[in-house]
Amino acid sequence: MDNAWNNTVTLESILFYGLAVVAIGSALLVVTRRSPVISALYLILNFFCLAGLYLTLHAQFIAVIQILVYAGAIMVLFVFVIMLLNLGDERWLREGMSYKKAIAVGLSAGLLTELIYILESAGSTMPPGNFGKATDLGTVESIGSQLFTVFLFPFEVTSILLLVAIVGALVLAKRKF
Amino acid sequence: MVPLQSYLVLSAILFIIGAFGVVSRRNAIIVFMSIELMLNSVNLTLVAFSAYLGDVTGQILVFFVMTVAAAEAAVGLAIVIALFRRKRTVNLDEINILKW
Repeated sequence: MDNAWNNTVTLESILFYGLAVVAIGSALLVVTRRSPVISALYLILNFFCLAGLYLTLHAQFIAVIQILVYAGAIMVLFVFVIMLLNLGDERWLREGMSYKKAIAVGLSAGLLTELIYILESAGSTMPPGNFGKATDLGTVESIGSQLFTVFLFPFEVTSILLLVAIVGALVLAKRKF
Repeated sequence: MVPLQSYLVLSAILFIIGAFGVVSRRNAIIVFMSIELMLNSVNLTLVAFSAYLGDVTGQILVFFVMTVAAAEAAVGLAIVIALFRRKRTVNLDEINILKW
């Protein structure tokens, strides 16, 4: 019994660290590649890694939605626009101004050290986690029952937001101005 | 079990990478992708807290964040197309029609 528990623990941490390394690597490639198409493909890889991480957190519904909405719908939109504009390489964008990049690196490194320091120093106040309860937390049933009772009004407002986005996108992309 | 801090540190790293992309890149479409990276890292934080606290509210908030991200991507890419029609470029340094 104890041995089996240990095995699941190591499997879970292997999954987490593997997915985390791939997610960080693909995110770095997204922001450093010159061609937008290659960036988009690495972003899809990053979304799949995040879906896997949601599964390690027992959030099945969110993981499926992540693949359907992000890797499916939003990335198809991105790839469509990239191919529509036919941008090709970014070389002609003359990304000079290395001092700007140096400032960006410095600011990012500073912010990252701050965040990691805060998270590490808050170690004892973190909730320990009880995954016995969390397993049936991310099901469609538990999310749906909350969404259509407690969060019904925000849910309806969301539909108006999507309508506004559809009309706005059509108006912006159609008119010549 | 992986401790909660590991998820939060991973999410912080992904957020910083996204912020770095927004600040350093000049291609409007890649800036949009970096914003999606940042939104996703916040989603990871919300799902991690939701699982460790045993509260489903975080996952519902992720649902709403994804809706807003979809709307933002649609409108943002429409703006990029409109700008490209007018200026023939997606370089953010050359798009300065609100500046004089």
